[in-house]
Amino acid sequence: MTLFGYILRRLIGTIPVMLVVAVFIFLMLRLTPSDPAAIIAGDNANAEQVAKIRQQLGLDQPMLTQFFIWFGKVLTGDFGESFFFKKTVAALIAERIEPTLSLSLFTIVLAVLIAVPLGVLAAHRQGTWVDRLVMGFAVLGFSVPAFVIGYIFIYVFAIWLNWLPVQGYQRISEGLGGWALRLVLPALTLSVIYVALIARMTRTSVLEVLSEDYVRTARAKGQVERKVMFRHALRNAAVPIVTVIGLGVALLIGGVVVTESLYTIPGLGRLTVDAVLARDYPTIQAVILLFSFVYVMINLAVDLIYTLLDPRIRY
Amino acid sequence: MAAGATSAPQGVSRPPSAVAMALRHPGVIVGGIVVLVVVLMGLLAPLLGTIDPSSINPAARNRVPGAEFTMRTDTGERIRMTALFGTDSLGRDIYSRTIYGARVSLLVGVAVASLSVLIGLAIGLVAGFFRWLDAVVMRIMDGLMAIPAILLAIAMVSLFRAGVLTVILAIVVPEIPRVVRLVRSIVLSVREEPYVEAAVTLGTPTGKLLWRHVLPNTIAPLIVQGTFICASAILVEAILSFLGIGVPPEVPTWGNIMAEGRQVFSLYPHNIIYPGIFLAVTILAVNVLGDGLRDTLDPKMAKRV
Repeated sequence: MTLFGYILRRLIGTIPVMLVVAVFIFLMLRLTPSDPAAIIAGDNANAEQVAKIRQQLGLDQPMLTQFFIWFGKVLTGDFGESFFFKKTVAALIAERIEPTLSLSLFTIVLAVLIAVPLGVLAAHRQGTWVDRLVMGFAVLGFSVPAFVIGYIFIYVFAIWLNWLPVQGYQRISEGLGGWALRLVLPALTLSVIYVALIARMTRTSVLEVLSEDYVRTARAKGQVERKVMFRHALRNAAVPIVTVIGLGVALLIGGVVVTESLYTIPGLGRLTVDAVLARDYPTIQAVILLFSFVYVMINLAVDLIYTLLDPRIRY
Repeated sequence: MAAGATSAPQGVSRPPSAVAMALRHPGVIVGGIVVLVVVLMGLLAPLLGTIDPSSINPAARNRVPGAEFTMRTDTGERIRMTALFGTDSLGRDIYSRTIYGARVSLLVGVAVASLSVLIGLAIGLVAGFFRWLDAVVMRIMDGLMAIPAILLAIAMVSLFRAGVLTVILAIVVPEIPRVVRLVRSIVLSVREEPYVEAAVTLGTPTGKLLWRHVLPNTIAPLIVQGTFICASAILVEAILSFLGIGVPPEVPTWGNIMAEGRQVFSLYPHNIIYPGIFLAVTILAVNVLGDGLRDTLDPKMAKRV
């Protein structure tokens, strides 16, 4: 099979998954006890006005028809109008996407730069105090909630040492320095759990590779240990590491919601919480659908990337 | 029958059972003891020198840890109290709120773990054994898994009125597909085993087959998985409460205490620090317990991770 055919087949494979997600989100919010038409109409509306809005929204149609109308609109990027923010959900998402994207990318880069060397180090010094320290940190990173870590960071770096600004977000267009400076603490906070996850997987898969014959051969021929670790071990351990980076995006998305609320960053995570507080269902639907789509696509991309990189994997 | 006939011959020790090995694992011991302490703390909360966790005391707002304050009891007499962990911006005693907070966290953790394991087990057994159902069920589970867990919980919370039951349900739903996958994979491997094939050949009814031959194989992995789910449920409950969309704010939970402390954090960090420590230590203990159980009860899984 050609490579193009393989990519196409994998892309088509994500359609049923996304369809299930869409049906689930649609049903979930359609089965709520509250009536969207009544919410839009407001408290002072009479029954006639509510009925009119219901007709406008298509809520008087059968459920299946409603789903296809809604899904058809979603495919064109039309998520309807936000009950709470009084503008289209698409416009709302567009203005909130930059902070979230900045924070996520910053965090992924930071986490990989910290976690991979830590994991390699732990594997290299297996059984020593270095290994135990790294693994202890990994368990701790899974257990301490992001907002507790965030407050520790805020207290130490912003209040006590006064090194970094506490809160808010500055758009890239207003200056790269302020943008990066404000992202340091949120990204550090968000990266803790991600570092824990990646470091653990790096250690496990490097350890596995280190027991292979070709590593023994490399050592036997007198290869420098650093080269053994990075050229032989890490490169061959890359597939599970890259996979866990992709799977960890789910944790990252959950963390974005918490971190943005903590540092008052006006991104999609903050929007999700605000929408839930306001019972703003079109926005909730759109945000969840978007995050799930991104998650599925990232994992597809990860799969494709290592299929291309690793000649041992056949498609 | 003579008593000596059934006992093992002298000098030959039987290999220790998995449970006995688990009870000797340092992680299980340390994690288990800490979890036990937290459970006792929650159960015995009224006896641990606490006052009513919801009683508001406007005269003693934002006291730092160790400060003394007077409070009026129900009978009208004034007593002097020491606020071990300080008070919040409504004058409520953080120590009492933190001790009582253990109750909700543990309730959510245990309820979510049991519910998602039971539901996931039922779906997983059925999906693993009936080929025609398998494809449909697993596609639905794949779809659910594609929604990041916390996000799905947040969306579920928005559907119902705020409350502990809502929070439990909201955390159970995203956990179910993970349990289903685990159970299904066990079922698929077990049904290839000769003893199951033999039972099938003998015409054992499906119900009995699942109960007698398949179910016992799922117990150890599910205990391990359930422990991890418990830790993650306690964490997610705290996150939801902290975001203001979990358990109603008047209920003392660790997440709620921290949420209320956010406004005054820079001046009075004790609102966040004490419940934060209890929360982190509890989750850590459950995770360490889970790691220990996995190493001893389910060595195959230990190898995989």
